[in-house]
Amino acid sequence: MTLTKRIIPCLDVKDGRVVKGLHFESIKDAGDPVELAQKYSDEGADELVFLDITASDEQRKTLKDLVRAVASVINIPFTVGGGVKSVDDARNILLNGADKVGINTGAINNPTIITELADLFGRQCVVVAIDAKRNYLTKPGVTLFDEGNGQFWFEVFIFGGKKGTGLDAISWAKKSNSLGAGEILLTSIDADGTKNGYDVTLTKAVVDSVSIPVIASGGCGESSHMVDIFKKSDVDAALAATIFHYNTYGVNGVKKDLRDKSIPVRL
Amino acid sequence: MKVAIFDYGAGNIFSLKNSLESAGATVDVITSFDVENTYSGLLLPGVGNFDPAMNSIAKHSKLSFTDFVGNSTPVLGICLGMEMFFEKSQEGVEPGLNVIPGEVIVLPNTMKVPHMGWNSLQIKKSGVILEGVDENSWVYFVHSYRAKPFSDDVITAQSFHGISVPAVVESGNFYGTQFHPEKSGDVGKIMINNFLNVCKR
Repeated sequence: MTLTKRIIPCLDVKDGRVVKGLHFESIKDAGDPVELAQKYSDEGADELVFLDITASDEQRKTLKDLVRAVASVINIPFTVGGGVKSVDDARNILLNGADKVGINTGAINNPTIITELADLFGRQCVVVAIDAKRNYLTKPGVTLFDEGNGQFWFEVFIFGGKKGTGLDAISWAKKSNSLGAGEILLTSIDADGTKNGYDVTLTKAVVDSVSIPVIASGGCGESSHMVDIFKKSDVDAALAATIFHYNTYGVNGVKKDLRDKSIPVRL
Repeated sequence: MKVAIFDYGAGNIFSLKNSLESAGATVDVITSFDVENTYSGLLLPGVGNFDPAMNSIAKHSKLSFTDFVGNSTPVLGICLGMEMFFEKSQEGVEPGLNVIPGEVIVLPNTMKVPHMGWNSLQIKKSGVILEGVDENSWVYFVHSYRAKPFSDDVITAQSFHGISVPAVVESGNFYGTQFHPEKSGDVGKIMINNFLNVCKR
């Protein structure tokens, strides 16, 4: 056998509660990150990702308590990201039970943090999150693509997709890799929220440019989208939120679909 | 029953401690071997780098690892902790604990490194850690190096990642897993229990 493709539910957490896509089902338990973590873990999720979208200094203690609570109830790996600016922020997350820390804006502002974290905790702990978006205003030095309606490149965005950086996503992925990242969490801003499927062009380009594992994120609306991205790229994992929050047959059902389409999964 | 986890200083040992406590053990975290060994077992956790981990033992302990555990205290080395059992590693220049003959070498670059994710176990021979574990059970790996024991006899299970990867080793009172049992769901729980059962003896 070989490594399986990883299926990763993502929980957006605000002020200690899960905030996305849950409010009209099972109101009683839906907003509690610890209960959801346990549920997804029991259903066969291969890993979990928590994104703290509060990310203010006052919420650090909430996050620390949450990480501990989640670590106590699951026995699969989990990544925590959101607002990590310093080695201390990352240490705080890792020493409270997270297995990996996701860094995004913090790494753009200070790329050496990637190396510092890899040296301290091992590179497997360091997940560089990259949010990328098509930019049709081309410039020299970027990796160009063409899907039929003009040349474009993928620009890295920060602050939750609000601010362009002028950085080429493909180059930044390569640089993250060489600085010591253990993994890349790649989100397509174009695809995110569309439920039309993952961004194959972006995912394939990044996967083929780095030697480390890549997680595809953004756009998943059904299990066939996962099948599609696994067949069309050598991506290692697929992350999704809505499909799991709404899907009545759970993580296990999604993975059975994948197995039926010959994608190697842990079942 | 009381077991100890050796903390090299950087490691995230929360989940390992948690899994041992869930299985009914009392856990002390120690950072030096200059303490009385009143423990039924010792765990070398699996996060960090080879040289800093070896150095942290030398820096904080006058007694050596082997003085502490002798040939009786069961030791479970996880990932890096297992790699430390051998004579040396390509990850560093410091000598290893040298309790199992062999060395640790980098994974080939024909596959993605680190080897990260769920892979299946091929059981080669019966062993204490594998009692009740089925062939092809999924376990969670995350590593960039692999053990190369002098004798294959110590390997009780292996996985494949472009090349055969020793996944479980057993030699005397030393038990090692290249994967993380504390992150490997229910099957990992069985192995943690198996180790604690050895500690009880």
